Amino acid sequence: MALGNKKKKNRIMADDELIILENVTKTYQSGSPALNGVSLKIKKGEFVFIVGDSGSGKSTLIKLLLRELIPTEGEIYVNGVNLSRLRRRQVPKYRRNLGVVFQDFRLIKNWNVYENVAFAQRIVQTPNRLIKRNVPAILSIVGLASKYKAKPMQLSGGEQQRVAMARALINKPPILLCDEPTGNLDPRNSWEIMKLLEQINKRGTTIIVVTHNREIVNEMQKRVVTMKKGVIVNDEEKGGYIDED
Amino acid sequence: MRISSFFYTIKQGVKNIFRNAIFSLASIATIASCLLLFGLFYAIIVNFQNIVKTAEEGVAVTVFFDEEVCQDDVRMKEIGDLIAGRPEVSKIEFVSADQAWEEFKVEYLGEYAEGFTENPLAGSANYQIYLNNISQQADLVAYLESIQGVRQVNRSEITAKALSGVNNLVSYISVGIIFILLAVSIFLISNTVTIGISIRKEEIGIMKYIGATDYFVRAPFVVEGLIIGLIGAAIPLGIIYFIYDRALALIVERFNVLGDILKFLPVQTIFHTLVPISLGIGAGIGFLGSFVTVRRHLKV
Repeated sequence: MALGNKKKKNRIMADDELIILENVTKTYQSGSPALNGVSLKIKKGEFVFIVGDSGSGKSTLIKLLLRELIPTEGEIYVNGVNLSRLRRRQVPKYRRNLGVVFQDFRLIKNWNVYENVAFAQRIVQTPNRLIKRNVPAILSIVGLASKYKAKPMQLSGGEQQRVAMARALINKPPILLCDEPTGNLDPRNSWEIMKLLEQINKRGTTIIVVTHNREIVNEMQKRVVTMKKGVIVNDEEKGGYIDED
Repeated sequence: MRISSFFYTIKQGVKNIFRNAIFSLASIATIASCLLLFGLFYAIIVNFQNIVKTAEEGVAVTVFFDEEVCQDDVRMKEIGDLIAGRPEVSKIEFVSADQAWEEFKVEYLGEYAEGFTENPLAGSANYQIYLNNISQQADLVAYLESIQGVRQVNRSEITAKALSGVNNLVSYISVGIIFILLAVSIFLISNTVTIGISIRKEEIGIMKYIGATDYFVRAPFVVEGLIIGLIGAAIPLGIIYFIYDRALALIVERFNVLGDILKFLPVQTIFHTLVPISLGIGAGIGFLGSFVTVRRHLKV
């Protein structure tokens, strides 16, 4: 009997494997696939840049990893869990394993720095006394201990991004997804954010950074996955930014 | 759910009202205006119905007996029991021949009554019968006329028909207008709540990306909607409470000629129904509006 497109169950992964994409295709209703048969493995503790021009499929990849989208074909496993098999009500719990940092920071504007960061702990039902201890600690790490009462609009872009990172990291997720984290920052702030990411990576967190920033990619000498028109065209340890031409 | 999460939810709901002060004020104002209109109209309608009902209750059917029955207290009692057992009857009063004569003397004769040594209304013992619903008068009269020993049944058919017609008309118009007012209120209020939440859909999206459950995102919004709904409902109730007696006093003063007809209900009677309806609408719309609108933005 043919099993057809029946989804595979969760799988046991090798000790060092964290994320596996197997022939992942994502086609939107508009037609041509945003991702076309992409296979990729990311190990625990890796620091990976995903680069490519607009329309290369980077954002779709992030959305798939966030389980905002489901692949049209293929499977994605994160920590052994097949994302296509996750039920809607299981998604929040899955996302708590990911820290997410966006280009536009996505902080809640009406809340101050403390509340924005503490919210990540409240959703995992951390007791108040621990929140009161943990939030100042993480704000110290990102260098914003003194600004805990400030509203996002009172902070610079770099500071807002550091608040977003504090929020992403406070629950100690094994994976940090960063979608163009330096896209709205000046070079000095961009480098500060990247140094922070490097420090976090050294503590064992797997970091995936989608970026356009050629200088940073070339300078940092990390693994670079280059995408073009929905496929991976290059995957290199200690790689650099490859020009489209 | 942890107790701290429960209190956090309540606290966030209350804080959100102040954080989004303009939206909160707009929602409260919309709810309050709609429910004030509804409340005022409700008070007017209920009073009007009460006036008509009071007028109806004052219309009695009078039953007189055959001459031999007038001398037979037992038979008159039997007839009284039969009438009192009818479902149309709200109240029945026996007027003896002596009472009838006394009333007649007082009302029409005064000092001239002294010339009478015997009761000229000896055959005038009667029952005054009041109805639950004036529209049932014709049926009751037909029944009364069929009772053995009943000589005559007096009633005012024109008054009964007029009152019954007015009552029906008022009922239809009230139901129609209350329904329209309610529908408009629900539409306006839910629109305001929807707009208020829609402008915060980014906030909802952020919470979802971080890993918040639908419940965790929705609960503070629902608390917020509920509180806004209750405040919006309480304000018009307060206004009606304070202006009701003054408005009545003014009406009675202006139309004192109609003092006997204009029987108004006390504010407590109006509030007996208006308070639960208004609070129910306010809280219900606040709750449902926020619940449904947030759900629309949860699919992230």
